[in-house]
Amino acid sequence: MRAGETNRHLSGWLLASPLTLVLILFLVLPIAMIVVVSFWQATEFSIIPAFSWENYDFLFGSPVTYRVFGNTIKYALIVWAFTLGIGFTVAYFLAFHVRTQTWQIALFLLCTIPFWTSNIIRMISWIPFLGRNGLANSALISAGITDEPLDWLLYSDFSVILAFVHLYTLFMVVPIFNTMMRIDKSLIEAAYDGGASGFQTLTNVIIPLCKPGIMIGTIFVVTLVMGDFVTVRFMSGSQSANVGRLIQNDIALLQYPSASATAVVLLITVLMVIGILLRFVDIRKEL
Amino acid sequence: MDTRPRSFYVLGAFFVLFLLFLYGPTFTIAILSFQGPQGGLTFPMRGTSLHWFHDLFQQQAVGDIWGSFRRSFALGLMVMVTTVVVSVMGGLAFRKRFAGNAVLFYLVITALVIPSILVSLGVGLIFSQAGLPIHWASSGFGSQLTWTLPFGLLIMFAVFNRFDKSFEEAARDQGASNWQALRHVVLPIIAPSLIGVALFGFTLSYDEFARTLLTAGSYNTLPLEIYGMTTNVTTPVIFALGSLTTAFSLGIIGVFLLTVWSMNKKRAKQGSDAGKGMV
Repeated sequence: MRAGETNRHLSGWLLASPLTLVLILFLVLPIAMIVVVSFWQATEFSIIPAFSWENYDFLFGSPVTYRVFGNTIKYALIVWAFTLGIGFTVAYFLAFHVRTQTWQIALFLLCTIPFWTSNIIRMISWIPFLGRNGLANSALISAGITDEPLDWLLYSDFSVILAFVHLYTLFMVVPIFNTMMRIDKSLIEAAYDGGASGFQTLTNVIIPLCKPGIMIGTIFVVTLVMGDFVTVRFMSGSQSANVGRLIQNDIALLQYPSASATAVVLLITVLMVIGILLRFVDIRKEL
Repeated sequence: MDTRPRSFYVLGAFFVLFLLFLYGPTFTIAILSFQGPQGGLTFPMRGTSLHWFHDLFQQQAVGDIWGSFRRSFALGLMVMVTTVVVSVMGGLAFRKRFAGNAVLFYLVITALVIPSILVSLGVGLIFSQAGLPIHWASSGFGSQLTWTLPFGLLIMFAVFNRFDKSFEEAARDQGASNWQALRHVVLPIIAPSLIGVALFGFTLSYDEFARTLLTAGSYNTLPLEIYGMTTNVTTPVIFALGSLTTAFSLGIIGVFLLTVWSMNKKRAKQGSDAGKGMV
């Protein structure tokens, strides 16, 4: 029996060794490297191994940092609220109002296909919509809602959030739909039989049972938005900043130590948020 | 058939609007990529033509679109094969509940939630400090795996959570070795989900941008090329490229879906092979 136990652990690790190797080489070591480099110093042309708190002093001493982190969290919260609302409604429709399984699968696929296409192209696609002479403005003008084209449709917080919601809502739809499909329909019938209204059933039965899916979706959306640098650059026309942009700017200036320090703070922030969220859900059980 | 409640129509309308929101922009650039030669980045259409598609096949003024497409395609295949093999092995490993599996699991979750730019930055730094040249097939390949492997593994978890172990036990009772049970029982049962893992592996790699940004070296992948074009191309040629690569992605998705569908159909037709004596 003892030998069997050892054997199980050994063969487990053997099977997991390629995965472990990739994660050590391309995840653990890079993070360790970033932490180390965040204490180094930089000149305009090169980086110098040293130990100094200079980068962190500068980071925490600058008001820009707090503004940018605040902005990042603002984006995350707003996008989370929208993706949750839209994602839940869409998943609810698919799970409880579409009756045949064939239709459910077909419509579900329709919702997920954009996930497998390019994010950058999907971002670019908004330009003909939102620009000064774009579709949205021509529609608003011809409907008589405004006389002049609205400037804030593109290259603004509005377009950044719109693009985020567009890109990431399916990360909410998929896990919430997954948990909804596993709700025992007799529980819902029991609620109705007990005299609950549709709304009461929703808030007292369905939403609590969907919590794991909501949590998994939240983890995806929050981390994707907090780690983003492309969408913000692109959709704000470089007018707004988030932490990812801050890091990318430093990289472009070859200021790797300062980029690393910002990256470390961002990573700690993200991991803290995830740590809190993971307390509410056991991902392995929910798949 | 009983009548549907009013909420069905309200939610149905919401769903249709959501689909419009999801697909509308893509359709718009698909239409705009057929702009006439004088046309610009927005409506109105100044005639229709294949001018901008034609432009893509000309000698490039900017960058190397076809070279980058070939690299992205090759990289996608490499990542796809690796993701399938490593995820299956990982999925089988986690079933054994080996000591320390929780640590590995949290590493996988970290790989999933870590901001992409950190992977890009860290891998770039390691390669440069170690004096290794960064290249899409080495550093780029590894960076992309940190994104595709968690997805592959999560799918494997979902698959094995639903896997009926009694099939495997039955095979062992009949004297199958571990390997035989795996080869003739487990793998055929999970095969359709492996196609899903392959789809994730290929498309996530083909479209990956952030993790390859600092790790691809001097030869760009297609998303990097497109990203470069967004800053200096002001003609609908970028829409033509966008439509073409989206069509390519849709084609790939279609191939994968067809494969799953025909596999299921073949299975249903063959029915059970009990008593026919395999192996």
